Order: sequence, then structure tokens, then C-alpha cells
Amino acid sequence: MTLTAARPATATSRRPARARRRRTPLTWVRGGGLGTVLFLLPMLAVFGLFSWRPIGQAVVMSFQQTNLVSAPVFVGLDNYKAVLGDPQLWNAAGNTLWFAVLALLLGYPIPLIAAVLMSEVRRAKGLYSALAYLPVVIPPVVAVLLWKFFYDASPNGVFNTVLGAVGISPAPWLQSASTAMFSLVAEATWAAAGATIIIYLAALTSVPPEQYEAAEIDGASVWGKVWHVTLPHLRGVLLITFILQIVGTAQVFLEPFLFTGGGPARSTTTILLLVYNYAFADSLGGDYGAATALSVLLALVLGLFSAVYFRLTRSWSKS
Amino acid sequence: MKSSKIAAVCLCAAAALTACSGAGDTTTADGKTVVKVSIEPGLDQGAVAAFNARVTQFEAANPKIDLVPQEFKWDATTFTAQLAGGTLPDVLTMPFTDGRGLIERRQLADISGLVDQLPYAKKFNPEVAKAGSAADGKMWAVPIAAHGQALHYNRTLFKQAGLDPDKPPSTWDEIRADAKQIAQKTGQAGYAQLTTDNTGGWILTTLDYDFGGRTEQLAGDKATATLNTPQMARALQTIHTMRWDDNSMGANFLYDWNGINQDFAAGRIGMYVSGGGNYGSLKAQNAIKADDYGVTALPLDGPDAGVLGGGTLAGVNAKANDAVKAAAVKWIDFYYLSKQADQAAAVADAKTTADSGEAVGSPELPVFDKATYDQRMGWIAQYVNVPVKQMTPYTDKMFGQPLIPEPTRSTQQVYGLLDPVAQKVLTDRGADIPALLADAQTQAQALLDKP
Repeated sequence: MTLTAARPATATSRRPARARRRRTPLTWVRGGGLGTVLFLLPMLAVFGLFSWRPIGQAVVMSFQQTNLVSAPVFVGLDNYKAVLGDPQLWNAAGNTLWFAVLALLLGYPIPLIAAVLMSEVRRAKGLYSALAYLPVVIPPVVAVLLWKFFYDASPNGVFNTVLGAVGISPAPWLQSASTAMFSLVAEATWAAAGATIIIYLAALTSVPPEQYEAAEIDGASVWGKVWHVTLPHLRGVLLITFILQIVGTAQVFLEPFLFTGGGPARSTTTILLLVYNYAFADSLGGDYGAATALSVLLALVLGLFSAVYFRLTRSWSKS
Repeated sequence: MKSSKIAAVCLCAAAALTACSGAGDTTTADGKTVVKVSIEPGLDQGAVAAFNARVTQFEAANPKIDLVPQEFKWDATTFTAQLAGGTLPDVLTMPFTDGRGLIERRQLADISGLVDQLPYAKKFNPEVAKAGSAADGKMWAVPIAAHGQALHYNRTLFKQAGLDPDKPPSTWDEIRADAKQIAQKTGQAGYAQLTTDNTGGWILTTLDYDFGGRTEQLAGDKATATLNTPQMARALQTIHTMRWDDNSMGANFLYDWNGINQDFAAGRIGMYVSGGGNYGSLKAQNAIKADDYGVTALPLDGPDAGVLGGGTLAGVNAKANDAVKAAAVKWIDFYYLSKQADQAAAVADAKTTADSGEAVGSPELPVFDKATYDQRMGWIAQYVNVPVKQMTPYTDKMFGQPLIPEPTRSTQQVYGLLDPVAQKVLTDRGADIPALLADAQTQAQALLDKP
């Protein structure tokens, strides 16, 4: 770290002494600038065409009334007013928040605990990593169908059979407003934990072993080592995974869409499912303007949240 | 920016597909008109073979037309994107429920001039024809099948529960008692109900009609929602009682169309309500055993009680050019219509379908008139292979029951509003039915008042 940090300082100190060459298009080309641009061009074209262009179109569409067939009509802020005045928005926002809270309580600590435990394993660490990562390679739709089968609410369902074996009566899992969201979060946590575990495991390799040895010499317990050595080293990663978790849970769609369709009685209708419903479910009229308006609002809220979060945690992440 | 992912991906796909496909190539190198015709996905081998045989017969009779079968199942949620993206077939089918809306939004091609030239253009049952007609009466979509709702039941579960499958329930009290007995004796759901993808509202409306209610009233241009009525409350109270007091509705209360058909064919459901002609679909897509199947008329209860009617329309892609439209209507005539009014076509269709092991003779209501229907049934009698006797509880009554069309305004939207109502009643013992109906009524009226 010390050597790496010293190099830029040296380079900076030399710069004033060197006569700055005047930059012209020719020097830029000779310096390899054209090659760089040509190298980047395909990526920029693909990214622009398939990522930024549709986002731009979506923003434009949020000010239009269109069914994708007739010519669009500019309606100003009407779509935004309609979306903000829809009582379903607040129900969906509440559900999304509830999903996020449950996912944080369940989905945030579990990968961390698993990674810390796995980092302590001496043998077959690769096997444990592979097993932890396995759910991530299962296609999400397949995973949901599999869990739907597990969640069968009859006494013969997989989970209910297990509950029955220990004398617990069958749970309704997806069939009750009080348990449906928890069931979705459990599957989502199972599906996503592997990727986060790998990130934590990679970060844990950067912890100098001598710090653990020093802590042991000082008489630190296992918990003491985790608290005073592991967690401080993971601080930056933890901050990033936290914001990723929040942004990810705010956009939860797949699980409510495939498991419950937003039911029972709209108890799992999330904001992104509402976006989908505006756009595609005839029950809400195929309103692409409202769908994109709500998407833009969600993007703004998440962007604002991310900016505030990074601002507030800047000093912490540097320390 | 990920938050606009769904919309962005869809719009991108739509834009890209629109740009790439446009109207598509509509002629082959040798000058044939190419028409993409829809075939339902998930059909078994026999059903696909029967369809392909009909395609071959059509192409032999129309050498200037090249048919390209394309899997398509009507889905209101993806229809518009498919239309915008240019991925719809040229000939597509849709339920009566959606016909008027599609025509009003010009999302179907105007084929009324071509339909007028068909030999039986004036013979359509007027009530049935309305589903595919524009406000001025011109037919933009052709009714190809009609049905009244029915109660489907599993004869094997009836036997296992000690019930006589030849004497299905004929009142709602009997449905309730039989469902309870099936649940207690077999451990399976005695009665199940669709609740998602707007089907919850569809079936709830069926029950509402059954008890004499209606979900909307029209007076000139003004439509009034009538969801908050004693009849609808009774419909909800009936399923609430079956769910919570009788415990006869099993454990799944988020059934969609595929899920309920699968579970019924697999013997996990004793009874459910759906279209009367559903046997063909249950056989082709869910491999139901003929011995298991029974269907009976829905019991009507109340002075204005009636059976909710429905059916299927065939229409043409709004982006089709004139040559494709003309060829598409020829196919609609050949595959869907002529078999209902022309002896040679009826026999050819029935023979081809039966030879492939698919259902011939499932109960239907006349697209034209009763006499034409009876005549056709006579022509194809030797090919009928469905368990006709097991369908008599329905077929004996189906023509005599008052058939009430689906609500015409914002139909799917109102059905969608009723989905969570049905779900709430089935998943919350303390569901406040009057409050749920008052809320649904307000929301439905707001939809109907939209310009």
C-alpha cells in the first residue's frame, strides 16, 4: 500500500518540470486516442442503443398517452398526477417497504454470517462456496416454480410435510396475506445469498492474518475477532451491499409476479408489479404512460436515496 | 436507472421488433401470400397433427396461400406489446370479453367487408355476433364458438366420496353439501374457484348472474356499476361459507386458468366453474381421463338468474395488408366457420380431428342458430368421441337456460377489480364483504366514468 501510494506523488512532482506538449488532433491520434475510441465504440453503441435509448424513450413516454399502436398524445404531467393519485400506489409502496424490511432482517445478515463461518473452514472451502453459490445459477423462474411446489399449502406440500413431522399444523405460505410476503422474502434470500457470500468471501481474503493472530494474543474471543478485525475490514463492502440490497428490494418483481400475482388481496403487489400492471394487465387499461411515469418516479427516489446514502456514509467508508 | 428496467426492456424490445419486423414478408418468392395462423401452445401431438392436416387441406385448396402456423394463446397482458412489436400472428383468437375493446381501440383489422361476403354472414346469432361487432354493427371479428358457463365435476372423486356421479348437484345447497363430502371423504378440494388474472372477477360475475345479479347497467351511454348488491354479496358469502365453515375448498386460493385445469384433470378438485365447452381443452392440454369427467348446468337461483355466456372470436392482425386480410378471412372461414354450416367441411373437420385422437363433440352453443347447430351435430355424429352421456346433465339444460352476455363496458378492468375481492374472502375469515363490495363499486364506477 505504501509503495503504491508513493508513485502518484512522485509523478505529480515531476509534472511541473516537464514542458507540456501542445495537444492537437494529430498528437491525440498518434497518442492512441483514436484506437481507444474505436475500441470503445462497439460497447458505447450497444450500450446506447439497448440501455440509454429505451430509458430516454421511457422518460418521453411518461409524458404521453399511448397504447403503442395509435400516435402518442402529449399529456404533460397527467400521468404523474394519475399515478400519485392512485390509492394502489401507497399500498404497493407499503408492500415494497415491507419486503425491503424483511429482506434486510433476513437477507442482509445471513450471507455475512455464512461468509464469516465459511472463511473459518480449513478444508473443502471450495465445496462450501460452490454449494452456497448453487442457487444463483438456477434460473430464477425455475427456482420460483420449485419453491411454489415446496409452498403447496395442503398438508401434503413439501414444507408442510416437514412441519407435520414435528407436529406443527400446515402453514398457508402463499395463501394468506399474513404469510405471503415472508414466503417471498425467504425464497429471494435463498436465491440471492450465494452471490453476496462470494463477495464477502473475496473481501475476507484481504484481512491480514497477523491481525487475527494479534487479536488472539490479546485474548480476543471469536466474536471479538469478528467485531474488531473482520467487520472493520468489510466496512466498505458492507456499505455497498447494503445499498445494492435496498435498490434491489425496491425493484422486486419476479417473486410477487410468479408466486402470487400480487395477491392474496393485493398483499404482495409491489411497485414494479404495479408498473407491470399499468403497462400490461388489462385490469388497469394498458396504460404505458402511467407505467413509465411510475418507473421514472421510482428511479428518481432510488437515485436520491443512493446519493444521500453515499453522502452520509462517505466519512465512515473512508475511515 | 435500473428501476425503469421493465418498461425499458419492453419498450426496447417493442421498438426493436417494430423496426426490424414491420409488417414482415407477406409474399413468398413464388408469389404466395404468407399468412401466420395461430395454434394454441401446449397441445398434445394429436391436436397438432389435426391442425397441420387442416393446414395442408387448406393449402391444397388455395395454392396461392402459404400458411405458417404460429403458437399463440390470447393473453390480454401481452397482446398490445406483441401487436406493437409485430410478433402477433395474422389470424388470432380471443375471448368475447375483449372483442369490443380491441375493436374500439382499432387493435384489430377491419375485415367487415370480407365477412359480409361469407355465405352465412346474415345467419349469425345476433347476441353472439355483438361480441365481434363495432358500434355501427359491422363485424370486425367473427364468433367461432360460444358457450354458457357450467359446473365441471370429477366423477371419480364423486364415487370415492360416496356420491352418485350421474346425479350431480342441481342447487347451490347441494353443491355445498357435495363439496363438503368430497373434501371430508377424499381429502381433495370439493370445490375450487379461479381467482387470478381477472378470472376471479369472471367467475364471481358468473355466480352473481346465477343469483340474479348483474355487474353493470346501461342506460344510453351511461354505465352504472352494480357490484354492491345483495346478489353479489350472496355469491361471496357462499364461497366464504364453503371455505371457512365447510373447509371444502382445499388450500389453493390463487388459481389461474392453467393451474385449475391441471389440478382438476389430476383429480385434486371435485368441482369448478368454467366455460361449458372446456372438455376439449382439458383433453388436449391436461390429458384428462374421459371416465373422470362430468359436466352439469349451473343451478339458477333467483328471479333474474341467468347463465353467463362467453365464447371465442377470430380476428385479423391490425397490421395485416389487404392480401393477408383476404387470405386470413378465407382461413377463418375454412377452419373455424364452414364446419358449422357446411356438411362437407363439418365432416372433414370432425374426421381429421377424431383421427388425431382429439375431442369432437364438446358441448357448444350455436354460433348461428339452433337448427344449424343440430344439423351439424347430425353430420358429425359418427365422429363424436367425447363422453356424451356424462355431459347430458349440462347438454339437456344448456339451451333452455337464460343466457346473459358478459358486461360490455370495461369488462376486463372490472373483472380485475373483483380478483382481490374473491381472494380476500377466501384467505381472510374476517373479510368484510359489504366493505369490500362498497370499495369495488366505487372503483368500478370510476372506471366506467372514464371518458
